Amino acid sequence: MTAVHTLDVRGLLCPLPVIRTQNRVRDLEDGEVLEVVASDPGVLHDIPAWCRIHGHRVLACDERENDILFRIEVARG
Amino acid sequence: MTAQPQSQTSPTRKRAAALISGGLDSMLAAKVVLDQGVDVEGVNFFTGFCVEGHTHAIRRKDRSREKRNNALWVAEQLGIKLHIVDVIDEYKEIVLNPKHGYGANLNPCLDCKIFMVNKALVTDVLGRGYDFVITGEVVGQRPKSQRADTMPLIAQESGAGDRLLRPLCAHNLPPTLPEREGWVDRAKLYGFHGRDRKPQMALAHSFGFTDYAQPAGGCCFLTDESYAGKLADLWSSRGVRDYDFDDIMLLKVGRHIRPASHYKLIVGREEGENNFLAGYRKRFVHLTTLSHTGPLTLVDGAPDTDDLILSARITARYSQGRNADEVSVEVHHLSGAVEELRVTPLSPTELEPAWQVGA
Ligand code: SF4
Repeated sequence: MTAVHTLDVRGLLCPLPVIRTQNRVRDLEDGEVLEVVASDPGVLHDIPAWCRIHGHRVLACDERENDILFRIEVARG
Repeated sequence: MTAQPQSQTSPTRKRAAALISGGLDSMLAAKVVLDQGVDVEGVNFFTGFCVEGHTHAIRRKDRSREKRNNALWVAEQLGIKLHIVDVIDEYKEIVLNPKHGYGANLNPCLDCKIFMVNKALVTDVLGRGYDFVITGEVVGQRPKSQRADTMPLIAQESGAGDRLLRPLCAHNLPPTLPEREGWVDRAKLYGFHGRDRKPQMALAHSFGFTDYAQPAGGCCFLTDESYAGKLADLWSSRGVRDYDFDDIMLLKVGRHIRPASHYKLIVGREEGENNFLAGYRKRFVHLTTLSHTGPLTLVDGAPDTDDLILSARITARYSQGRNADEVSVEVHHLSGAVEELRVTPLSPTELEPAWQVGA
């Protein structure tokens, strides 16, 4: 089973959550999944845009109270 | 230090890093080179002063607008990758000690450009081995950093030399390595100059770009007179030219009022700002209004008892109770103790104009 990695960027404002996500994804392999939990609503726009640019897949995006949770599947190549 | 070009995709296809600010010029510059078959990737530097992002997220009135990061938007329109680099710490040296000085406010544009070109190409901060770097600079567009005599300086001092290509004004400059080697066709570059934006807009139109961002002034808060005033005030009140990330974030938010050199108030102007300031509650003495709806005020510095009474009166002045005889204000001390003060809101005539920092 593929390992799920996690990243907590709550309290950070855009573009920092995207930067942290980008830097974390850099170390992951093709098919690995990263769960990002954020609080700035700006990520609702920025993280999917960043994923589209780099070819990664947004598997899920859930808003829970003040948290926004993304599941991203890393694509390489 | 010299750039180490290493084309990874194919031996003939050259790789370029385009500095992408999110504005039109860098978008056009990247597009012009992309259309010549060069493998272009975008690089965006986050200095902490960028107008992008933060403030849109903080201020509630901006929330209704679509919040897009323009650099990401540009990359998506162009179909290129975008790498956002956090340079907050390193950039401090540029802001605090710019070798070439400041522009109209505290914007060290020339040193900033040199820094960014160097990082992208020479230091190869991304480790991706680019053959050259592209910027959207236009000769004569900005009074300091984009002049005929400063453009060669950026190339030279960044270490990029003739691997720095400015596609929008290339015809006004000597041919660079990418042009001489035929990696790009000089005839298909441009000769824009001066402050007239019409050529850029026409080129944008020809590419079918319509919804691009047009930031007024510059790409960062350092060009903003009010912001620069607040930063200068921070330095002079502390007696040291320094800052950390929270300092520069807080300068973007609220009214800044300094009744005396040893303390300053940051008063939230609306709900979004109050929420943002609330994130700093544990680190500052802060005030809230009890009897009326009002702002959250952070007190930066070392206020004494009288100062806190004045702070309470100022906070009351910006509450719904500004015309009331008395407003009840809570002072939250760093120890966690909460003290209630009943004060008369400060009248507009009592609020000294000189207290308003950056106004
Ligand atoms: S406006 Fe700001 S980001 Fe742009 S070149 Fe000047 S200092 Fe750098």
